[in-house]
Amino acid sequence: MAARIRKLIVQVDETRIEMNRTIEPPTRRAVAMAVIENPCAGRYVEKLDELIAIGEELGGLLGSRCVQALGIEPAQAHSYGKAAIVGESGELEHAAAILHPKLGATLRTAVGKGAALVPSAKKRGGPGTAIDVPLGHKDAAFVRSHFDAIEARVSDAPRADEIVVAVAVTDSGRPLPRVGGLQVSEIKGEDGLR
Amino acid sequence: MIEIRRIVSQVEDIHHEFGPVAAQPLRRGWIAAVLTNPFAGRYVEDILPMMDELNPVGLDLAQRLRAAMDVPVERIETYGKGAIVGSAGELEHGALWHVPGGYAMRELLGWKGDRAAYRAGAAEEKTGQPGNALAIVPSTKKVGPPGATLDVPLTHINASYVRSHFDAIEVRVPGAPKRDELVYVLAMSTGARVHARVGGLAAAAISRWDGLR
Repeated sequence: MAARIRKLIVQVDETRIEMNRTIEPPTRRAVAMAVIENPCAGRYVEKLDELIAIGEELGGLLGSRCVQALGIEPAQAHSYGKAAIVGESGELEHAAAILHPKLGATLRTAVGKGAALVPSAKKRGGPGTAIDVPLGHKDAAFVRSHFDAIEARVSDAPRADEIVVAVAVTDSGRPLPRVGGLQVSEIKGEDGLR
Repeated sequence: MIEIRRIVSQVEDIHHEFGPVAAQPLRRGWIAAVLTNPFAGRYVEDILPMMDELNPVGLDLAQRLRAAMDVPVERIETYGKGAIVGSAGELEHGALWHVPGGYAMRELLGWKGDRAAYRAGAAEEKTGQPGNALAIVPSTKKVGPPGATLDVPLTHINASYVRSHFDAIEVRVPGAPKRDELVYVLAMSTGARVHARVGGLAAAAISRWDGLR
């Protein structure tokens, strides 16, 4: 195991009523967070391969934890997103190394497939810092009903030499989507966009 | 009267806190239901009918939390509960959760006490025998804005004075409670703090089975 994980947290958010309207079936979003040691904290490291390997491991681990928590088959996942909060002894590039080169491939395996870009966010922060993880449809980035975000936050992390890595997966879009645009029923799913 | 708008749960595994890595990580979980506050915006004298209607909510949340934690009930060693009341409500509306939330978790964990006595706040006959969920369920509550955090206390289910198990877990539901909402919370964990080492009564030394020691 490449990542030294201090804590692993999975949150599920189920919306049943929005603006006094019943949501049937309820919309459900999961976010899984790993608090890991930053092996590159406190100094400049040119080659970030170790963090890239951690990203590859966490994409699968956190993605499958979300799918498991939602109680769905991987193919039933609708949207996904990823984010990282780097502790103060780390560098934003450390978050980039975890999130961008290899995390997406293992996350896509965990959710069946995923032709679309995995939307992302990153920041530096301290214990309790919140990050809004962007969400987009996994097969077609332009599906407007699925543009969303979910907050990830760990009350005691990241410490200075830690990184919080978050992956979010849903089985639905927003509760009451009505601003038009590309619909799920119109997805071609070939180019990841429409 | 009971209208659940959202249910949010969180489960965490704590492998270490900068000490030795635990052979079996400490698992802690919480679940929160966001309800419409039927008393928001005005003073209502008799709010007790809602307490009874919350009983099935408590049982459902306790079972959902246990399922989310994915451990058998025998592994649950601490519990706690709490409430966050939206700003058009009153702290007393949060207090409605004490009985339905508390007894739901205690029944789930094998408590055999008298529910009617519990509701009335009457003393229970302690058997003097080992049992489950003998201890009071610690709690906290407040009035707060959407996204308010609540530190929910956790203590041992059979003996409140077990020092290794004094803990707390932070609960926060982004976007709730709105002014006319209530957030009711249950929390449980599988054991002591991950590096507990400040002495006091140990779980293995519980002897009186009076809910305290």
